Amino acid sequence: MKKLFAISLLAIAANALTAADWLQFRGPNGTGIAAETSAPTKLTEQSVVWKIPLPGRGLSSAIVVGERVFVTASSGVEQDRLHVLCFSAKDGSKLWERQFWATGRTMTHHKTAGAAPTPCSDGKRLFCIFSSNDVACLDLDGNVLWLRGLGRDYPNASNSLGMASSPVIVGDTLICQVENDSESFAVGLDATTGANRWKLDRPKMANWTSPLILPGASALVVLQSGKGLSAIEPRTGKEMWYYTDGAATIPSSTFANGVFYAAAKGITALRPAAGNPHPEQLWQTAQLSPATASPIVIGGKIFALNNAGILSAGDVKDGARLWQLRLTGPFSGSPVAVGAHLYLANEKGLVQVVNTAAAEGEVASTLDLKEIVLATPSVAHGALYIRSDKTLWKLGAR
Amino acid sequence: MNQRFFLSLGVALVTVSVQAAESDLKPALAALKKVGPEGRGNAEAASAWQTLSKADAHSIPVLLAAMDDANDLAVNWLRAAVDTIADRELKAGGKLPIAALHAFLGGTRHHPRARRLAFELIARVEPAEADKLVPTFADDPSVELRRDAVQRLLETADAALATNKVGATKGFRAALNAARDEGQIKKAAAELRKLGQEVDLPRHFGFLMTWKIIGPFDNAKLVGFDAAYPPEKEVNLAAEHDGKAGKVRWSDLVTKDDYGMVNFNKPFGDLKGVTGYAFTEFNAASARPAELRLGCKNGWKIWFNGKLLFGRDEYHRGSRIDQYRLPIELKAGKNTLLVKACQNEEVKDWTKEWEFQLRVCDATGTAILAKDRPAAPAKTALKTTAQN
Repeated sequence: MKKLFAISLLAIAANALTAADWLQFRGPNGTGIAAETSAPTKLTEQSVVWKIPLPGRGLSSAIVVGERVFVTASSGVEQDRLHVLCFSAKDGSKLWERQFWATGRTMTHHKTAGAAPTPCSDGKRLFCIFSSNDVACLDLDGNVLWLRGLGRDYPNASNSLGMASSPVIVGDTLICQVENDSESFAVGLDATTGANRWKLDRPKMANWTSPLILPGASALVVLQSGKGLSAIEPRTGKEMWYYTDGAATIPSSTFANGVFYAAAKGITALRPAAGNPHPEQLWQTAQLSPATASPIVIGGKIFALNNAGILSAGDVKDGARLWQLRLTGPFSGSPVAVGAHLYLANEKGLVQVVNTAAAEGEVASTLDLKEIVLATPSVAHGALYIRSDKTLWKLGAR
Repeated sequence: MNQRFFLSLGVALVTVSVQAAESDLKPALAALKKVGPEGRGNAEAASAWQTLSKADAHSIPVLLAAMDDANDLAVNWLRAAVDTIADRELKAGGKLPIAALHAFLGGTRHHPRARRLAFELIARVEPAEADKLVPTFADDPSVELRRDAVQRLLETADAALATNKVGATKGFRAALNAARDEGQIKKAAAELRKLGQEVDLPRHFGFLMTWKIIGPFDNAKLVGFDAAYPPEKEVNLAAEHDGKAGKVRWSDLVTKDDYGMVNFNKPFGDLKGVTGYAFTEFNAASARPAELRLGCKNGWKIWFNGKLLFGRDEYHRGSRIDQYRLPIELKAGKNTLLVKACQNEEVKDWTKEWEFQLRVCDATGTAILAKDRPAAPAKTALKTTAQN
């Protein structure tokens, strides 16, 4: 009976969470790699399936659970109106919207906004955090499950330039990095009640990177900061391995095939091993230098975008640069991949599709959305979702 | 006669309905209002929220009124319930209790955010009616409602500029008097000055302009933020102390900056790795709640009447008016303010500033002026050894 119950639960979970969903910043495990293998590579005006106006600004990406697309936004002179919106993936119609007032500080650099972090989901619930460190947990129908004001609870936890780290959900723990020059911490919240499971002091320095999930039977979460990396057990916050030679505070890192590619001194490849607190350093190269956008691995290549908008491809075996391709920058959002194609949107809204299988890489197509885009694209069920301060687009085959 | 009778009956029925709703929802409202720090009360609130969000539209004013004594987390729970009820009702072709919402909006003692939400609900259903209300909000305790009214005043004055300079001047003056939003104040002030009008911006904001300052003390390796230098132990304006590079003593600083900026670099030079203090007194007309509002991109601490209010060790991440809001209780007569400002050792161009701006106001941002505040920034009243 128990076994049957367990099997039923698994079946329900499998139904709720399809492989092609996009549940967090940079999708599956934060790698930027879509689970599916095809999406339109020749973008044209006809690729716009729908576009809908948003009530506020944001750098947060859309996330997609089944037929629903969720996005956050912030509005008001003080950016103190926090919006959580749910749209139909099919036609873009708004299914529901919830608004909250920020309980923490809302000041940011003018370029960013209150809705900078991307929400995440476990397929049943939606977890949204904003620059004010307000956290809202809702079910997929917009019912409020819990609220936290991390800036209210810890009043020096803020950054006058704005916060941007996106949370991750592992099991029943939501991990948020709230790192800044003053009251800097990471916290594991009980996903059911929002209460602290654990809270770790973190380096007192501004940090906009997002935690990264290392999947597996005993999944870990890597916290990145200017001091380095710390891999923790999501349920307890216990540190399992660490790296102390520094890391970037804007681009996040990535993980593929057992190797952690840290945005550190360019790219530093580290191989963690169970039971060893020191990951093995495989290589380090400054030839791949991620600026704002996070690096991404496709097959045997790792890609990084520098400040000049140059996409560099490196060999994952040794970091050797294979080729470079000048794209039209600048970029604030990170690239995502479907198969061998990278999808990038620059700050002016020019979406660029790069075929990384071409000998030196090539731009397969572009589409000008003609609005400022600072967010990372999302990919789900064969479609691409991109948001600006004003609009959410679905791009794909009609 | 009949019409009046039915109107009275309608009002009576609504009142009875609201009273019933209030009674039914009381336990859920009480549970929801218990939410507190670190997730306390969330589980009970989630259950209560289910009850509240399923209530009918007549309950909306009850939920709005519940915001009056709710903390800001509970206010958000309530807001989400109101939105849920309103969405469901309107989607089903139902109606919102517009008369009750108007009455609620008119009650300026209610929570400003609840009243704003009432206004937005009215605007969803009766946009033309809501639009007509906007000019009535110029002196409203809700900053958001007031902002809309001021925007209307600014637009009207702008439109008059080309043909009616007297009218435009009156319009911009009315806008300035009503404005609490920084952008709107700047716009109105700039237009008035272009029209040859005097504008006392520091007075409008309530910036504190007259200070005694002392420094520099050490902040190499950021040690100064935690170090308790002599002014933190006692403010003796006649005393001499050991500073970073020799003896230091208090001197006068009167800022003339429109936005009250107190710039330590002016008297001390562009120093790095240093700490300075500024002291002033505020002569309040009466005891009352107030806010200190600070803008500062250096590490800082503030003591009010000898008690440490707050401090923050963030450096050069940006500064703006009202960056930090600190509630205080003014006492009638003399109140003291001590500000500590720490400068770090970074040498980039954007890390030069060593300064702060501080004002005293109420929760809407309306300036509270000291009894003895001069009509304009003092130019000669004090012996000035440093001027911004």
